[in-house]
Amino acid sequence: MQGIYEFVRGPLLWLTFIVFIGGSLYKLIPMYYLLKKKEAFVLSYMSLKYSLRSILHWIIPFASANMRQRPIMTVMSFVFHICLLVTPILLLSHIVLWDESWNLSWWALPDWIADIMTLVVIGACVFFAFRRQILPEVKYVTSAADYVILAVTAAPFITGFLAYHQWIEYRTMLILHILSGEIMLMAIPFTRLVHMFYFWFTRAYTGSEFGGVRHARDW
Amino acid sequence: MAVPATKLKEQKEIIDVGLEEGAARLTYERIEQVINRVITGEMAARMKVYVDTCIHCGMCSTACHYYLSHGTPEWAPVGKVKQTMWEILEKKGRVSPEFIKRASIIASTECNVCRRCSMYCPYGIDIAYIMATVRRICHLLGVTPQYIQDTAHSHSATMNQMWVKEDEWIDTLQWQEGEAQAEIPSLRIPLDKEGADIMYSVIGPEPKFRAQLIYQAAILMTAAGVNWTMPSGPGWDNSDMAMFTGDFETMGRVKRTHFETAANLRVKKIVMGECGHAFRSVYDVGNRWLGWKMPPIPVIHATQFYYELLKEGKIKIARKFKEPVTLHDPCNIVRGRGLHEMMRYLVNATCENFVEMYPNREHNHCCCAGGGVINCGPPWKTKRVESNSTKAEQLAATGVHICIAPCHNCHGGLEDIINYYKLNMHVMFFIDILMKTMEIPDSLKA
Repeated sequence: MQGIYEFVRGPLLWLTFIVFIGGSLYKLIPMYYLLKKKEAFVLSYMSLKYSLRSILHWIIPFASANMRQRPIMTVMSFVFHICLLVTPILLLSHIVLWDESWNLSWWALPDWIADIMTLVVIGACVFFAFRRQILPEVKYVTSAADYVILAVTAAPFITGFLAYHQWIEYRTMLILHILSGEIMLMAIPFTRLVHMFYFWFTRAYTGSEFGGVRHARDW
Repeated sequence: MAVPATKLKEQKEIIDVGLEEGAARLTYERIEQVINRVITGEMAARMKVYVDTCIHCGMCSTACHYYLSHGTPEWAPVGKVKQTMWEILEKKGRVSPEFIKRASIIASTECNVCRRCSMYCPYGIDIAYIMATVRRICHLLGVTPQYIQDTAHSHSATMNQMWVKEDEWIDTLQWQEGEAQAEIPSLRIPLDKEGADIMYSVIGPEPKFRAQLIYQAAILMTAAGVNWTMPSGPGWDNSDMAMFTGDFETMGRVKRTHFETAANLRVKKIVMGECGHAFRSVYDVGNRWLGWKMPPIPVIHATQFYYELLKEGKIKIARKFKEPVTLHDPCNIVRGRGLHEMMRYLVNATCENFVEMYPNREHNHCCCAGGGVINCGPPWKTKRVESNSTKAEQLAATGVHICIAPCHNCHGGLEDIINYYKLNMHVMFFIDILMKTMEIPDSLKA
């Protein structure tokens, strides 16, 4: 057990960072060169002003017409993404690890808040899974991969929650937690989770076209 | 969205010779070869990023009037992408002739490339671009609906959309000039006048079906004292169905001819009639295909031209139009050029009673005729009209009998919807309203 723990906490973690960062660069850099080579016009239309205008309208809750038409989905998407990003970064137990390894530390969320935020992420994943089942227009375009992505995203939070509360054997759960977190990070560049990076570019380009060329709003 | 779903009365298969015979000529090998040529040669980073980014959330569905009208998932923008591009990419082009036929039907008759879905996608994915690429593949495979293919042939052979011969064109202009002289005896339609300020260009269907619009434009130009001209030869037509069939090579030739005609006449700018798709072609798609970031000669849409004439006081409104009117925002000049506020200025300047339809401006529902769909002709008409009960409801909710639509395709599409759903409305161009309201200086009158 200790051996597995040492492995996921040590070499596998390094591998994860390499795959996540390397994989992301492997996706983004050749894509940039492909764009420059064959669709350079895209770059020539990019406008900082209209990119930011578009991005802002889509990262502020209810700032677009579609978000206003779907209040439940909007609330769920925003709380999901916020909790997904903020909880692991501001979790005390994670910060302790950073402190031990790198002597880095920062402000931490009170544990009970982090606990709730974890449940929000899990709950949102369940919501998205049900949404895929219930809404015909979503079900129609859903494949197994979409559920796998949801499971991959929810897993670190489920295992983390169980490990924290120590309801099931702590050590095993901790290993599963680290492992699932690593799988999620490694999956980002190679699955549709890559929208984490691409969002900013697709939005920026659409925003630049709508604002700079077409003089219209895109939200 | 609380829009009642209307089912197609009979899911009768529509037979289109262009699709049937085109698909019959295909083999798996040819399909694979052509698709891979497009994938490696024409698609690049944008398509990859769009396909990788789409999280399959379905948020684009309620953007689409087809989905809103039918209510089933295969009509949603993402549903159409699933049935076409996803499959094409997943199978790396190993798809059947039957699949290509179906893909052509979806891309050509179930999507108006109106770009409303781009405004509803959280990532701003350009779904119209994906559909246009499907059309491109179908074009290269020779599987395009027959009627629109005929207009593309006409573009290629005559540089106009409607097989109008050169003498017929000049004759039509002279005929309209003669008609208009009954109102303003000194009126001329100046042909090939070098160094004029403005070249006025129209779409092929104007001389063919709506010649009175040329008469009206001549009255407007004369009353406003504009130094203008029209070309006597090829280049007079700004329309572009080749853009919508995916025949970009023909599109490029047609656009080059149009711009070169203006360049040869040494005009300062091109003013075009009230057409949406033609504006998209000269301002957004065709010019870029030819390598110009923006049009090489400034091009303005008629509505912007009217707006400027009114603002500058070159035309004056003698009496306002009394009957209540509503305004339909055409996709290609609103989502395509943001002319919506100028159009509202025009309506308020010329009409006494303006009733907005909702949603409006960039969020207006499409007419379901644009993007080449109406040009797919009679076989597809019933489907097209039944696919836009949403528009019928939107129009009916205004409670007025006049709808202004400054776009030819919208005009035709809305008339069809109005007739089919018995809405008791009438569609007008802005110039129709101007003819009824503007002042013609006494010095010009007969």
